[in-house]
Amino acid sequence: MATSLSPSSTPLSPIQLSVLQRKRSSNLFAVAGIFSIAIALMTLIALVLQLFIQGFPKLNWQFLTSFADPEASLAGVLAALVGSCLVMLVTAATAVPVGIGAGLYLEEYIARNKFSALIEINVTNLAGVPSIVYGLLALGLFKYYFNLGESILTAGLTLALLVLPVVIVATREAIRAIPSSLREAAYAMGASKSQMVFDHLLPYAFGNILTGVIIGLSRAIGETAPLVTIGALTFIAFLPDSPIQSGFPFISFEWLKAPFTVLPIQMFNWVSRPEPEFQVNAAAAGIVLLSLTLMMNSIAIYLRYRIQKNLKW
Amino acid sequence: MAISSLSEAIAAPPRKQVIRRLKERFIESLLFLCAFSCVAVTIAIMVILGTESIGLFKTVSVWEFFTGTEWAPLFEPAKYGILPLVCGTLTTSAIALFVAIPIGTTIALFLSEFASQKVRVWVKPILEILAGVPTVVYGYFALLFVTPLLQLLFPDLPGFNMLAAGLVMGIMIVPQISSMSEDAMRSVPDELREGSYAAGATKLQTAWNVVFPAAFSGVSSSYILGISRAVGETMIVSIAAGLQAKISFNPMDSAATMTAYIVQVSLGDLPHASIGYQTIFAVGFLLVSMTLIFNTIGHWLKRHYREQY
Repeated sequence: MATSLSPSSTPLSPIQLSVLQRKRSSNLFAVAGIFSIAIALMTLIALVLQLFIQGFPKLNWQFLTSFADPEASLAGVLAALVGSCLVMLVTAATAVPVGIGAGLYLEEYIARNKFSALIEINVTNLAGVPSIVYGLLALGLFKYYFNLGESILTAGLTLALLVLPVVIVATREAIRAIPSSLREAAYAMGASKSQMVFDHLLPYAFGNILTGVIIGLSRAIGETAPLVTIGALTFIAFLPDSPIQSGFPFISFEWLKAPFTVLPIQMFNWVSRPEPEFQVNAAAAGIVLLSLTLMMNSIAIYLRYRIQKNLKW
Repeated sequence: MAISSLSEAIAAPPRKQVIRRLKERFIESLLFLCAFSCVAVTIAIMVILGTESIGLFKTVSVWEFFTGTEWAPLFEPAKYGILPLVCGTLTTSAIALFVAIPIGTTIALFLSEFASQKVRVWVKPILEILAGVPTVVYGYFALLFVTPLLQLLFPDLPGFNMLAAGLVMGIMIVPQISSMSEDAMRSVPDELREGSYAAGATKLQTAWNVVFPAAFSGVSSSYILGISRAVGETMIVSIAAGLQAKISFNPMDSAATMTAYIVQVSLGDLPHASIGYQTIFAVGFLLVSMTLIFNTIGHWLKRHYREQY
């Protein structure tokens, strides 16, 4: 009995044993947590390495400035790169104003009633609709009902539907974070509601909205499925008309009607071919695509970091 | 006299006031139109998917569509049983969740209960990057990296298989589950943790027996939204899982999912209102109904089972 009281030389008491065991399993779980993060991180690294090892030799100026070609070594991504940029332009030009408008209405104007609940549920559900369904909607509505064809306009509008919920949610969160003292101060100075919203709320929310918009666009630029369903071409050996013309009226919208291809579609086309040379092309296109999305994502992450650091209410 | 002119001024506002009020009404209705566009999109999805697929059910009975075990609408004789596609979708989604739920939950528990602020600041952006990788790149990765790697383990594995597609899809969903679950866990008030520590519990016991159950509504809603994401995922499965529609729950098999079928048909040039064209809308209709059900359950769980502290 006396020996069990001296802690150093004897076996541990049941309580000490239990503490030790529980601590050990707790530490084991922490290791499991680190391991899980490592799996995610390793996947990311493996993905980037695989792309670079296979695609880096192909990644040169010639690849960026050539059109698609049946000969793998001559093919490039010029048409896809230009197509992606133009489609994003249409997407941003439509989704951003509508999304911000919707977000403002839902936060500042709407009366709380059944109708507001309906719109609320709608926005959350739209964010969860699979992207390919938007493609089917575009196929039936834009291509066959509005007769817009397989054009840059159709593609831009399709992706705008996809980005819209993201912009709305970002706008609402940004507006909600602004303290009501700011609204009251604006009203106290005699501002009308729209003056308060557009001259005070919107500028303050701008940074956060911009972050959301960039994240939404970075998702849209990598979207493939909805554009496959509307029938994007993969073999395009010309550029659409330039939006800026040398003659009167200097701005042309002919490019909106042009057939197009985009980076993810070009990559999908190359991946699905059996020849290994085209898979090299796919990897190179993947590097370009991944760099674009990562760049947009890091801008967004940096912006958010700066805003969180500087903004103190 | 002065008073009456003042009341007159109030009763008959100057032109400027009227214009200002009109402008307010105009802006409000413009913003309302923006908000209403969401409802319009939902209605449009339902109407388009409904009207474009209705023609199919003139040739095929609804019963045959939902219970047939063969899917070959573009061949002779055409078969219109959607079960093989549903089966492919369920199998790949199940593999994905088998990966995503344990890893996502572990990461969430680790980040919210074990990790220091510094670790969190570094890990979260990395997870966000993982979530931002385009799905077509994931598809390439599944086909040309994961499948050859798995073939070292299982030499019989075909080049297109549901296992690789499902595994990669799982990794893709991890960030969604981990970040939503972590948000839910971090909103559990500290008093609960302190109570647990005071009773002598370790970090793991607190995390598992106190925080996890308290955050369960948010965590389970993240699982269900993850399911919905897996069901709707398109590019990974159409690149890496194969395009043959067949009933098989074996991960080593290649099989088409609902989304992969839509992509496969869209790649060919289908004439408007042909039977093939109608089938992709019918499949899309089923797809959107499935995800709608999952999303509704997910959001409902989040709202109605939120613990009140």
